[in-house]
Amino acid sequence: MENVTMQEQLVYDRPESMASVQTHYCPGCTHGVAHRLVAEVIDEMGIKDNTIGVASVGCSVFAYNYFDFDFVQAPHGRAPAMATGIKRVLPQRFVMTYQGDGDLASIGMGEIVAAAARGENITVIFLNNANYGMTGGQMAPTTLPGQKTSSSPGGRDVEVAGFPIRTAEMLATLDGAGYVVRRSMHDPKNVRMAKKAIRLAFETQKNGLGFSLVELLSTCPTNWGMTPVQALKWVEDAMVPYYPIGDYKVNPALKELKF
Amino acid sequence: MQKEIIIAGFGGQGVLFAGQLLTYAAMDQGLQVTWIPSYGPEMRGGTANCTVVISDDEIGSPMVSRPTAVIAMNLPSLDKYEDKVKDGGVLVVNQSMVDREVKRTDIKVATVPANSIAEELGDKRMTNMVLLGALLANLDILPVEAVEKALRDHLPERHHKLLPMNKEAMQRGGTYVAAAISA
Amino acid sequence: MAKELMKGNVAIAEAAVRAGLNAYFGYPITPQTELLEYLSARMPELGRTFLQAESELGAVNMVYGAACTGARVMSSSSSPGTSLMMEGISYIAGTELPVVIVDVMRGGPGLGNIAPAQADYNQIVHGGGHGDYHPIVLAPANIQEAIDLTYGAFDLAEKYRSIVVILADGSLGQMMEPAELPEMKEAIMRTPDWATYGSAGRERRFLSSIYLDPPQQEKTNFRLERRWQEIKAKEVQYKEYFLDDAEYAVVGFGTSGRIALSAVRAARAKGIKIGLFRPVSLAPYPEKELYELSKRLKGLLVVEMNAGQMLEDVLNITRSQIPVEFYGRMGGILPMPEEIEAEIDRMVNESAASDGHPRDRWLARFGKMN
Repeated sequence: MENVTMQEQLVYDRPESMASVQTHYCPGCTHGVAHRLVAEVIDEMGIKDNTIGVASVGCSVFAYNYFDFDFVQAPHGRAPAMATGIKRVLPQRFVMTYQGDGDLASIGMGEIVAAAARGENITVIFLNNANYGMTGGQMAPTTLPGQKTSSSPGGRDVEVAGFPIRTAEMLATLDGAGYVVRRSMHDPKNVRMAKKAIRLAFETQKNGLGFSLVELLSTCPTNWGMTPVQALKWVEDAMVPYYPIGDYKVNPALKELKF
Repeated sequence: MQKEIIIAGFGGQGVLFAGQLLTYAAMDQGLQVTWIPSYGPEMRGGTANCTVVISDDEIGSPMVSRPTAVIAMNLPSLDKYEDKVKDGGVLVVNQSMVDREVKRTDIKVATVPANSIAEELGDKRMTNMVLLGALLANLDILPVEAVEKALRDHLPERHHKLLPMNKEAMQRGGTYVAAAISA
Repeated sequence: MAKELMKGNVAIAEAAVRAGLNAYFGYPITPQTELLEYLSARMPELGRTFLQAESELGAVNMVYGAACTGARVMSSSSSPGTSLMMEGISYIAGTELPVVIVDVMRGGPGLGNIAPAQADYNQIVHGGGHGDYHPIVLAPANIQEAIDLTYGAFDLAEKYRSIVVILADGSLGQMMEPAELPEMKEAIMRTPDWATYGSAGRERRFLSSIYLDPPQQEKTNFRLERRWQEIKAKEVQYKEYFLDDAEYAVVGFGTSGRIALSAVRAARAKGIKIGLFRPVSLAPYPEKELYELSKRLKGLLVVEMNAGQMLEDVLNITRSQIPVEFYGRMGGILPMPEEIEAEIDRMVNESAASDGHPRDRWLARFGKMN
């Protein structure tokens, strides 16, 4: 019998920037994917020891437990202000906020707009899952017209509750913004595109090109009352048409970058 | 020893600066002093004013109801403060901006045509200095030299060419010595 | 060092700069705006951080973030703006961070006006933000004291990982007095063992006010309370005037305290044996000292620029062993020394009231004025 030497080939491992703990996220939720993409980018850029994250309030409130670098945790909506305070006294560090749509686009709209307008040199990872996940699926500023939530049981009535906010498009109008894009995580191709965008967002910060934000269309199977697969499909069929994937602001200097 | 001076007039008459000069001079003399601008309830009534309290002890209230002396640079200020001057105190009135006599007889009153004097000197902005000169001549609080020194030390360098004129303005004002209290 | 003539707002700002202030975040509001304006020029000149925030909410959270890194940080505001900061103040307290906040109080409630008042006493001293926490609260009555307290506030904040509030009022912010400035320190960036400034060479850290497990939260609450006990034992500050032979005393803080000094002197000149007790640290309050004092007095008059907020603490501390009267002005009105003097006369000459609350008696006397 021939002696076969098996060479172990590692194809998938936990990024160093992710703590070795189990997350509290629901099965099928794409927060975990987003966390991993951020961690991979930070590993690849070698900036783990040089990064400070700001967690927000919502499902990602425990983000500080899952990333293995310095983290602080902000009051609801105020992460961009806290990140500003950190970045202004430590301009050589990478500062990232990780915020959901209720946090960023509702209670924290003032802080995010002001930070973007100032061209605050921070990176914002913005998860849009069209509802308030943590508190049990209430209507968010991003909830689609007609979408049923626990606080819009008859479906979002735009005559009463107004219209959803397209955050990336809106922030892209500000001169302080260096890189503002929307990506989705509903299939492998889009996940790869999302990772590239996150890398570009951190590169924007690295090169001092101003405010960077990646809006990530995300699933919430538990509150949507769907299976994980149905949820991914709903992102593709319902969310992407309303929230188109695209580059809304890209500083031309980013196109020259090699990494 | 504590003396309180209120300087009141329209905005732009140099009310606050005249008060600050007194404050600087008192500070340079090693005295305790507070300066507080028209603020809060005092902002009503169309006058700008400031209160200067000079003392050789820790100063309590920076505001007073009955000041030792008042410079009234216009009619509303005279109307407002004439009755408030402490008995035996000093009232310096800018005659150029007032069309009535002072009624009080239990205080020292110096009536100074300050605008006219300032215009004679060639600069209307000297009105406050003329009146300050008159105050110093009638209230035993600080020597004129102390205020002149304060002016030298604290007037921005670019205005230093105006120092001689300021000095003269104070001297002219200083010739208006009030008559003794009649009563 | 020679004395300089300075406006209160500017004096506080420069004292903070000299204390090694690394970063300032604020929002304009009268009557503290000169503080922000001064620092907008002064901080960049020294290569330090100044940022005008989008709101007080933004400012307090910028301070929150910057404090996490170990930097010396400060914000300032006036009453309505301070109300808006309450969320951040509670979070900062819950995260146990050293932060200095200046509140230059004005008339209220609501938008009120820009004139001086002391009606933030309860909001600052007894909380205002949610949860059990105790900021250290220092109330200067003159410019020199404002400088000295601000200069020392940062050390105090860092020693106890606590918020220190400099509680002034509009008149102190706007008035000028000669004062001496302390020695200049470089901008201070510390690396204490809790700060998050990047994890190179050490285990990573996180700072949060969240303790989802109630026993963990309670443990934190106990830690904060024990720390407060220590602060109460060590950090009390107050000033006494003419109290050695006093039979009566006025109690007042900040501007109302210094105005009362004029009234006390006038009463003394008439032969009334009265003194002034002026708490400088409102939290921790000089409880023991006031209690001991009250045991040898015939009566106390509490004077404030509010409707009797500190009065409740004085009543609590003196435990009904002597008569207490109250005199207050509100809405941006400063009490005049003569008004306080008249109240002193009344307290001394009329038989002490034993019925009702001092506030009720005050309202009965003055409540119908308007």
